[in-house]
Amino acid sequence: MSYNWNWPIFWAQSPEGTGTYLAILLRGLLTTIEVAALAWCIALGAGVVIGLCRVLPGRVNRAIGTAWVELFRNVPLLVQLFLWYFVLPEVVPERFGDWLKSLQDAPFVIAVVGIGLFTSARVAEQLRAGLGALPRGQFAAGTALGLTTLQTYRYVLLPMAFRIILPPLTGELVSIIKNTSVALTIGLLELTARARAMQEFSFQVFEAFTAATIGYVVINLIATLAMQWLERRTRVPGYVT
Amino acid sequence: MTVSEFDWGVIRQSLPYLFLEGMRFTLTLTALAALGGVVLGTGLALLRLAGGPVLSRIATLYVNGMRTLPLVLVIFWFYFLVPYLGQWVTGADRPVKVGAFASTLLTFTLFEAAYFSEIIRAGIGSIPRGQMSAGFALGLTYRQVMGSVILPQVFRVMLPVLLTQTIVLFQDTSLCYVISLTDFMGAASKVAQRDGRLVEMYVFAAVVFFAISFAASQGVKRLQSRIAIIR
Repeated sequence: MSYNWNWPIFWAQSPEGTGTYLAILLRGLLTTIEVAALAWCIALGAGVVIGLCRVLPGRVNRAIGTAWVELFRNVPLLVQLFLWYFVLPEVVPERFGDWLKSLQDAPFVIAVVGIGLFTSARVAEQLRAGLGALPRGQFAAGTALGLTTLQTYRYVLLPMAFRIILPPLTGELVSIIKNTSVALTIGLLELTARARAMQEFSFQVFEAFTAATIGYVVINLIATLAMQWLERRTRVPGYVT
Repeated sequence: MTVSEFDWGVIRQSLPYLFLEGMRFTLTLTALAALGGVVLGTGLALLRLAGGPVLSRIATLYVNGMRTLPLVLVIFWFYFLVPYLGQWVTGADRPVKVGAFASTLLTFTLFEAAYFSEIIRAGIGSIPRGQMSAGFALGLTYRQVMGSVILPQVFRVMLPVLLTQTIVLFQDTSLCYVISLTDFMGAASKVAQRDGRLVEMYVFAAVVFFAISFAASQGVKRLQSRIAIIR
């Protein structure tokens, strides 16, 4: 292969004048982690609410839940981010739109909200599946004890469902980390964007992408191990799933 | 922006470009990458299950590695790597220029194969083990049991999941945008930037993606109830 490898490039100063290439890549990695962590909070919060909307009795809430899931699932994340970033400021009242455009960290905020909501639809579906996997008797038992529907969900069904869906949720967590890279299209300087910038400045394509690859492997490994630890910690004794 | 300022004209004028160029690229890429992904994915799944210690480990490493990386990064990797691969394959003395479509197709096929292989592997795992033994008892070889007993059932059971993954792949093709290809999204964004009509083009792109993905996923749902094997 006629390619000039240059691994020490990571210790060279980047032309942006803000440190070595390695430092800049690490800053990108940090942004990836920050966006993923904040988006994960939104995804879990909204996902639980929407998931419950879809299973609780009532027509209106179910329709809202279904619409939410179908909307966020059937439009590519890239397009959703473009809608939030380019379209939303134009279609809302002017003052709010101007405020949105003047936001300094707009790509960061939009990435967190956009990726969070995108993932919330998937979390909602996992939760619905988890609740559906529980024996019907559990709901009946809750009712027999005199609990209201909401209480049965809060104290009986949800604690079990969360444990059941931990493994698929691990998958969603890994997805959210990977999906932060899509936000480079709206100017978020996360890990892939930093690697791309390094490639443009230094022409050391493969070193830059190798570093980004290692970065993703490491954070996804940590995320997976942390979730597996949580799975072990929260296992219900005697209840094998 | 109010509804009256929404410029339908720009959408109408660019329809031929959006669909005949953009959507055709997107759909061709989706279909070929899904087909290639299933074939390669099946190969990877079989290697993991019966490839011997070395090959099964390599297949596992490949599948898990691919599934750890964001597609955007993989697209960039291949965008720069493919010319060197071409040089290596053809023995030329400088990196070979490979067409954008061929290079993207290779990227998506290799990437999606990892996901398809997990589906196929789960499918093989869902077939009762006794069928394998029954096949051997009849004197069939491993290849024959897999090819004529197990895999046909796997494809049938997993068809809805494979199609759902293909819908994901269809949506993922929008990421071609990052290397400025003219897939459907790329075409929409090129018009959007040329005419300064971001709102119209991106809303239209979202509506088209939604309509196709929603219709396809409803179709998969109906198919699922029709082809379920009664056990």
